[in-house]
Formats: sequence, C-alpha cells, structure tokens
Amino acid sequence: MKKNRLIPIVLLKDGWIVQSKNFSQYQNLGNPVATVKRLSEWASDEIIFLDISRGDKYDTKRNDQGYKNRGSFLDIIKDVSDIAFMPITVGGKIRTIKDIEDRLLSGADKICLNSMAIEDISFINQASKEFGSQCIVISIDAKKNLDNYLVYSKGGRHMTNFTPVEFSKIVEDNGAGEILINSIDRDGFGGGYDISLIEKVVESVSIPTIACGGVGEWNHFSEALEKTNVDAVAAANIFHYIDQSVYLAKKYLYESGFNVRKPDLIKI
Amino acid sequence: MSKTKVCILDYGSGNVRSVYNVIRHLQFDVVVTNNTKEIRNSTHVILPGVGAFPSSMKKIESSIPLATLEIEILEKGKPFLGICVGMQVLADSGSEHESCKGLGWIGGSVKKLCADGDGLSLPHIGWNDISITKQSQIFNGLKDYRDFYYVHSYAFDVEDKSHVLAHTEYGSNFTSIVCKDNIYGFQFHPEKSQRAGQLLLNNFIKMYEKE
Repeated sequence: MKKNRLIPIVLLKDGWIVQSKNFSQYQNLGNPVATVKRLSEWASDEIIFLDISRGDKYDTKRNDQGYKNRGSFLDIIKDVSDIAFMPITVGGKIRTIKDIEDRLLSGADKICLNSMAIEDISFINQASKEFGSQCIVISIDAKKNLDNYLVYSKGGRHMTNFTPVEFSKIVEDNGAGEILINSIDRDGFGGGYDISLIEKVVESVSIPTIACGGVGEWNHFSEALEKTNVDAVAAANIFHYIDQSVYLAKKYLYESGFNVRKPDLIKI
Repeated sequence: MSKTKVCILDYGSGNVRSVYNVIRHLQFDVVVTNNTKEIRNSTHVILPGVGAFPSSMKKIESSIPLATLEIEILEKGKPFLGICVGMQVLADSGSEHESCKGLGWIGGSVKKLCADGDGLSLPHIGWNDISITKQSQIFNGLKDYRDFYYVHSYAFDVEDKSHVLAHTEYGSNFTSIVCKDNIYGFQFHPEKSQRAGQLLLNNFIKMYEKE
C-alpha cells in the first residue's frame, strides 16, 4: 500500500538554511549540506528545498566546518543530492524551462513552481509536457481575507484574485503533478495546520496534495492525516530544533497506526 | 581489494547522477559510460532510467553499443540491473504513447497501470511496499523494511511469472522486481529509497562479486 509521506522543507536564503515566520522574519540556522545530511539520516521520505533568496548571492559560510563554500544555488543542489538518497524537490526562482533543466541536472527529482505558475499558467503545461507531470509540484501560498482564502505570489507579497480551490483546479488541468498548499497565516506559529484550507484543496483535485504551514507538535501531522485526505504532511521549522526530529515524528505516526513508512534511523 | 567495477550505461537518462552517487557511497568502483571497452571491462552493468519507454528506447538504441552489451549480458552472463524504465525496456514491447519494441531479454510487455477506482491517480509516485513472491539472495538483510520509492505510470507485465521476485499493489498488483538468471529489474528507484534501496543494490553487486 502506498504510504503517506513526511516531508521536511528546507528554506535557503542567500546560501543559509533559515527559519521563517509569517513569510517575513528569518533566522539563520546553518549550512545546507550538514542539515540535509541529518534529515536524510533521520529517514525523511523526501525533502523540499526552497530557495527564498531575493538576490543572487549565495555564501554557505561554512568552509570552517569542512564543507565546501558554495557560491551558487545549483552547486548547493549538487552537494545536497550527493548525500541525500531520497527524492529531492527544488523550488524558488524558476522562470524558464532552462531553469528547470538546470535543477534536474544538478540532482533535483522534482521542481516546485510558485510565482511563475501564477504569472503564466501555460508555463505549467509547457513544463509538464517537457519533463512529465510527476516532476512538477505547484506550491500555493494562501492567506485568509475576511471569510475567503486567496492565493498570494512572490513570497506572500502579492495578492491574486484566485481562491486556492480555483487555482488548484487550474494547475491540475494544466498538468501539475502535485500541490503543496501552505498557509501564510500559520507559517512559523506552530499552532497546527489550517485544516479547513487543506481540506478544501484536497477535495478539489485528484492529484496528491502536501500540507504545509503551522506544525508545532507531532500530533499536528496526525490531525491533518486524520481529518483530510492529504497525501503528505510537511513542515520546516519544527524539524530543525529537535535532535532526530523526523525519526521521532515518523515513529509517533507509525506507532499511532498511520500509514507511514516504518521509522528507521540510518547511518549513511 | 575487490576487482568489482560497476558500469552505469550512459544514454542521457536523468537519474544517472543519483545512481552513480549511491554506488560510490556503497564504496564500489563505478563508471558512467557507453564505451564498448569499458562495458567489457566492467563486472556489473546498470541501466538507469526515468521518462517514457519509446524515447528511452530510442536513446538507448542510438547511444549504447547493444551488440556488445548483448554478448556481455546474454552470452557471458554478466550481472545486469535495469532501474524503472531501465527495467521496462527488458520487455518485448511497450505501449506508452506509441507501440514500441523493447530489448526483449525477458518475455512480456509494458502496460499502463490499472489504477481505476479507489481514487488513485497516475503516475504512481511515492513510497510503497513490496511483497516478495520468490526468495532470492537479493533480499538478504531486508527484514521488514520493504518500502521503496516509485515514479511511474506503466509496469512490466511479465509473461513467465516465475521471473517475478516481488510485486507491489497500487490499484492492482504490478511487478516490482523481475529476475531472469543474471538479469534483474527494479520498477522502483533504489537510488532514492534510502537504506532499503542501498541494501538491494549492495546485494546485487555482492552476489556476483568475484574473489
């Protein structure tokens, strides 16, 4: 039987892993290669690696620790894919077919589109024709406006007229393989997923949906798996602060009887 | 020092780099090539794969010296492993987008997964477990870690069921591991399946290692 996935999301800003709160405050956490290696050893099912830098300057600042210092995002993806023997989804700043190709050649298995998918819906179509639907994840950032949710682009800075449900259907029709739904309001607060938002999106499409935004305890993962038909549960911040985090979260879900891969601490 | 030399066939498949990384991580000598001499000098051959059957088959035919490969694998019995589409092309034929001839090393054809009903979507992407149908040394040490990572919409319908080592359920059962003599095929991506994937790759190489 196919398993529900537990996915750590790693945010990269100017070459550093950061923690994000409300899409606006960032705290530096460390070197990407060391972090991904740890997440991989803790038996993550997959990893989503998002570049949220605004500029083009990357400095991993960790030549002191025995890791190579890296000046470009593609180099960082290469380093990460050398040590992570699991699927890697890469997102951030993808604007052309060439951008996608570069990321795949550097070791990404899937790519994640956000602003570009909103600006030019035909780009999703083009990308999925070129590389296959299985390779195209669309991340949707949603925010509550009065009683309605609306989709935002450009890292939460620009409001669109789409509701998450409308937009999810559009991306599915245009060949998206998966949807990553994120709540801007819940980002970084640790109070749990926005279950009603996730449910709306999951029920409107037949492609797999990944829930994101707001996990502060392990039972927030189980809440989403219990109350909605999400295919995967994802989180960022919570995985960075607890030793063996992914393993412990997986163990919690496995022992609670959820349909997840058996937890295994691996020495890679 | 072991004389093992794994050859990963190079025909522009997208996952060559990750297959290379994992074999190197397992500490075997490995080369990515389509050079006739290198294929002859290798002890194990791996055909990676992602994408569609017909386009992969075209690329394989135009870039890999198939005559040499068939002598090495079919006549000399060199161990061979096909991954994902690399497994599917072992079949006589495939039907993705257009009907297309395969290598025909193991009888059967490649068909679209039957995932109707149950609200299952294609491609089948994600972690799924295997059910072992025939014991083999390739499973040594696997215990109950049986989940592997899949990305595919088509699967190999193997003619002679005694060639099926394991199947996986997604809507219906499909062949996840095929084996005929020295020729193996994995429908999942062992290079993306963490420890379970590494274990099978390691077994595949060790089983045929010469002292």
